[in-house]
Amino acid sequence: MKKHTSVWHRLGLAVAVTFFAVPVALAQGAQPPIRIGSTLALTGPLASTSLVHKVVGEIYVEQLNKRGGLLGRQVEWIVKDDQSKPDLARTLYEQLVTSDKVDLLMGPYATGAILSAMGVAQRFNKVLVHHTFGIPSLAKYEMQFPAWSLGADPANTVPNTVLDALGALPKPPKTIAVVTSKFPSVHFMSLGAREVAKKRGLTEVLFLEWDFGNLDYGPIAARVKDARPDFVWVGAIGLEGTQLLEAMSKIDYAPPLHFYMYPAPGPMSKSPLAKNALSMTVFEEHPPFTNAAGAAEFISLYHVRAANARIPDTSVEVQAAASYTAWQILEAGVRGARSLDDKAIGAWIKANRIDTIQGRLRFDGPSNYGDDLMRVKQVQNGRWVTVWPKEYAAPGATLQVP
Amino acid sequence: MNLPSGTLLAQSALSGLFIGGLYGLIGLGLGLSWGLLHVINLAHFGLAFLAAYVCYQLASVGGMDPLATLAIVVPLCFALGVAMHALLMRFRVSPLNSLLATFGITAIIEAGIQSVWTADFRKLESSYAAQKFRIGELFLPLPELLTLAIAVALAFGIWAAMRYTDLGKAMRALAEDAPVASAFGVNARMHALLLAGVCGALAGVAGVCLALTYTLTPAQIYAWVGVVFAAVMLGGLGSPLGPLAAGIVIGVSEALTMAVASPSWAPIVSFTILIALLLVRPGKT
Repeated sequence: MKKHTSVWHRLGLAVAVTFFAVPVALAQGAQPPIRIGSTLALTGPLASTSLVHKVVGEIYVEQLNKRGGLLGRQVEWIVKDDQSKPDLARTLYEQLVTSDKVDLLMGPYATGAILSAMGVAQRFNKVLVHHTFGIPSLAKYEMQFPAWSLGADPANTVPNTVLDALGALPKPPKTIAVVTSKFPSVHFMSLGAREVAKKRGLTEVLFLEWDFGNLDYGPIAARVKDARPDFVWVGAIGLEGTQLLEAMSKIDYAPPLHFYMYPAPGPMSKSPLAKNALSMTVFEEHPPFTNAAGAAEFISLYHVRAANARIPDTSVEVQAAASYTAWQILEAGVRGARSLDDKAIGAWIKANRIDTIQGRLRFDGPSNYGDDLMRVKQVQNGRWVTVWPKEYAAPGATLQVP
Repeated sequence: MNLPSGTLLAQSALSGLFIGGLYGLIGLGLGLSWGLLHVINLAHFGLAFLAAYVCYQLASVGGMDPLATLAIVVPLCFALGVAMHALLMRFRVSPLNSLLATFGITAIIEAGIQSVWTADFRKLESSYAAQKFRIGELFLPLPELLTLAIAVALAFGIWAAMRYTDLGKAMRALAEDAPVASAFGVNARMHALLLAGVCGALAGVAGVCLALTYTLTPAQIYAWVGVVFAAVMLGGLGSPLGPLAAGIVIGVSEALTMAVASPSWAPIVSFTILIALLLVRPGKT
């Protein structure tokens, strides 16, 4: 009898599995993945930095799927190459929405492409979370959300933060040279630096502008040397800062205090000429940043993946952190709204604060920007360390002067 | 407004002289190809950057002296130059179409560079980089001095070869009137391939000089096109000395503009010179 019951139990279990569990599993498996579409500048002049965003996106989507995905579905990231061309980015984002029919959008890399994507997102009422948009005043669309927490008025706040740091030195600078690329997201910051310096009583001894793509930094270096400023504000992006430093070195000049707006992180930190160079950051690989939930795991994964992708500098800093943050914001929005409806996601992000590796972010300020979390970092012993404000400084690090 | 100091002007002029030498060096092969082979070879820039990356690889990873890499880079670029021209000849590409075809080849070279070295920055750290000479208040960096010396030596060497050797004379005759030159026994195909190889080799030398001085990214290929084209047109197509002289004029005028006015005005100066010259002496370029 006991054996008979056992057989019936087994049979019952098989029927239950067949009629209930299997269909549920099949239904779950049959559910298509959530498709998130974006472009990145995988070729062209912005490709070196876009590679960072590609690696970060791959890491994040993999981690997300390991955690069960979103709303019980796996996530698939469709990334297309916009060739560093904003006009192509616009076309590809339209394709993603109308032809690929993606569920969600993620921003591309660089201000021009983000602006293009923002127009498409606005036309189709899609949420657009973006990594590193440089001109907040141009972000007019209500469902765009910045992952780079540089505040709504960086042309004012960033120079003030830098000059606060320098003002705390035993011998603060009295004169300033502002030399800048005319690259849009850099140029307006440098113009802001001029105004802030003037208001704070610094004497401007030199102001120079050059076109992006300039090949000869020798004369600019010679003019900076000739002007003998206490502090040089270099509105440079990518390699420009390193090229100017090399040109300065060739005429045996080292600026006493020097700041670079958006330097290519690897080449500058590795260059012996960049000793004590300053820049801005929202994240570096040291406490307190690394205390954020998930940061340590992300850093160790990024080191491996970036090395596999043959990225020479594998440290997590502004670009990688902003990229990771963008994915955190999108995930939080979907989970918070419990829906793929863009309006619901946008409303939730706008109304809530989101914990990211940059810190707790809000999106209820002008152009959906929240607090300015830009800190001052410095090249010390071949790596970037945060030095200001003091509560964000790397353990034991202080602002170094020659 | 303060007047710029003599040191500032002289140092800036030197900087212009050095970069002008590099414009001339890159323009040398481009001008010969354009003037004598009637191929507007945009792939010359791609080849120069490929050479720069190979130099970087051999010097950084292989531990070779950057100048010693010329022994590998130059023959490699010679062979690539010959192969590329053989392809263009096979399809009888017209001068205008050569612009499009070689642009396509440049894009392929760029993609190849990116797939091997990625799009990230590559900087050749060599013992030459930090060396410089001082004359009074002026500084002369060694990599730039080497580049200028190589550019001058090659420009004069090729000028002499074109003027005084049978091979050079044959090449000039082919450029002037190929059917007549062929009637006199000049092997047009062989000479064209040889010259294309020389132009490729010159791109290789320019690439090594680029690697000595600049941080490399694949997209940098296109940053040089405008100004080098201006130097070649200003210097005269097919002229070995012209692009060097024109490159130096452009480099120095740009540098002095940067020294006395806004650096953003510098490109305006060089292209104004080009337009003025085209207006003053039309048909001479």
